[in-house]
Amino acid sequence: MGKTFAEKALARAAGVAEVRPGEIVDVYPDLYMSHMASWRCIRTMEKLGTDKIYDVDRIAMVMDHISPAQTAKTADDQRLCREFAARNGIKKFYDVNAGIAHVVLTEEGFIRPGMVIIGTDSHTTIYGALGAFGTGVGFSELTAAWVTGKLWMKVPLSVKVVIEGPLARGVSSKDVMLKLIGDLTADGATYCSVEFHGSYSEGLSVSDRMTLCNLAMELGAKNGFVRPDEITRSYLAERGVAPDRYSEIHPDADAVYAKSATIDGRTLAPQIACPHTVDNVKPIDQVVGTKVNQVFIGSCANAKYEDLAEAAKILKGRKIASGVRLLVSPASKEIVARIVKDGIYSILLEAGALITNPGCSACAGDGGVMADGEVTLSTANRNFQGRMGSYKAEIYLGSPAVAAATAIKGFIADPREFL
Amino acid sequence: MSEKIGGKVIKFGNSVDTDVIIPGRYLVSIDPQELGKHAFEPLGPEVQKRLWSSQVVVAGSNLGCGSAREQAASCLIGAGIKAVVAKSFSRVFFRNCINTGLPAIECAEAAEAVADGGELWIDLEGGIVEAQGKSFRFAPYPQSLKQILDAGGLISYLAKYVLPQQQALKRS
Ligand code: SF4
Repeated sequence: MGKTFAEKALARAAGVAEVRPGEIVDVYPDLYMSHMASWRCIRTMEKLGTDKIYDVDRIAMVMDHISPAQTAKTADDQRLCREFAARNGIKKFYDVNAGIAHVVLTEEGFIRPGMVIIGTDSHTTIYGALGAFGTGVGFSELTAAWVTGKLWMKVPLSVKVVIEGPLARGVSSKDVMLKLIGDLTADGATYCSVEFHGSYSEGLSVSDRMTLCNLAMELGAKNGFVRPDEITRSYLAERGVAPDRYSEIHPDADAVYAKSATIDGRTLAPQIACPHTVDNVKPIDQVVGTKVNQVFIGSCANAKYEDLAEAAKILKGRKIASGVRLLVSPASKEIVARIVKDGIYSILLEAGALITNPGCSACAGDGGVMADGEVTLSTANRNFQGRMGSYKAEIYLGSPAVAAATAIKGFIADPREFL
Repeated sequence: MSEKIGGKVIKFGNSVDTDVIIPGRYLVSIDPQELGKHAFEPLGPEVQKRLWSSQVVVAGSNLGCGSAREQAASCLIGAGIKAVVAKSFSRVFFRNCINTGLPAIECAEAAEAVADGGELWIDLEGGIVEAQGKSFRFAPYPQSLKQILDAGGLISYLAKYVLPQQQALKRS
């Protein structure tokens, strides 16, 4: 019987020949990512009364959720992390200027095929974009991994998602995922490993693969996965990671899946997730015209270079509607440098955008919050009640192209009329 | 006969998310007592008052979906909750419950049967939930998870069992 990606990846990290779905195994992850939660891990370690770290080189810390600090308390928490990193010789420490952890660590070449990665963030699933097994854990568990090197994991069942492309005009990886989440619901893949197959995911850019695997979380997934290929290898090579520094893991052709789903991207229209759940998804024509106060282009789901370029294509030479705020938060410092260099930064500014420093920004409620009764169209991955300010505000989710069209019109708008 | 945990129930629907359980703005704290004051704040003061006088949170499917924030579990402990029972859990929330020492029971029938404001008691050893005068079975925890729960959470478990062992190994 063939094996899925998750079965092979966890068997390797557990140091055993094979594992079966449902089995609980002790896994030694290759990388432990912690973001703003890092200070909680450090405090937990103090409580444990130990300063022994299993393998300092597996720790990566990124100060992303609140950057820069807004209160003395946060400044103190961040200082704690900085000092801890310096004292323990943590080389993969990224301060408040770096951007969103997931994107920063990917760009730095730390995410490689076949790795098992845990992170104090549910969207750690994103690392499947490069063929790694990424999954979210709480801060106590991450601390435990710092100290003992391992944690328990239940071997997941796998779900096979087949996406057929090429996508229809004006449709993106975000629309594909919203459609899938709407179809399967927010617990459609709970505890499962979601593998993306089909003609669309083959040949797809790493940026789009990140969007797929990031949003797999909103199906309840344990991890996401796109098969590594030439695109993965050349992305890594550009970042100085030669093929002999990783070993790819591919699912067997006869692997067993708990269920499968198919999305036909060729006939898809842009999709919108309506308040207050990510699976409350409607095709755009059902929500066109909904008035917005703010548009947010940001988050680990959709603030990568390609996402900003997509929005800029529509915003070029146009102005955003009066009375609407357009907030753009690039995902990383590297992306800021790129958009400054190739003119996208000016296009966004001239259209009327407020461009923030890189980081989680409004997605984490760090700035860009809303007043009672306000509405935001966001490119992020969550629209939960109260996530961006007032509990009485509403968040709609859409693609970068939808965001750009919406900012111009002042209400939810179909990007296809601008293309 | 093992000890039972439980008490008065506050009942919610499906897909109650982490941002509703504890809004992101309060994650600057890791003190369960402090967090407990803000648990379920987006749903308003009436719900919060009922939460504080309850001992069991019952919900439908996908309880705790969303963020990996561990405070979604610890805030409930701070609010005086002794156990959570649901049709199903999101995986990170389930882990966080076990790791903070909060029993999380997957038992669809019990979650369905019990009334809001009613009583529910859990026999963890026996794998039985009692509610509305009926008993419902659930699959007891595997040994590895049970040890963590019994110790009062992952960190206490490490402090009590794992670290002393590591130190003993080093000494020998
Ligand atoms: S951008 Fe949003 S979803 Fe991504 S890590 Fe930051 S807060 Fe989480």
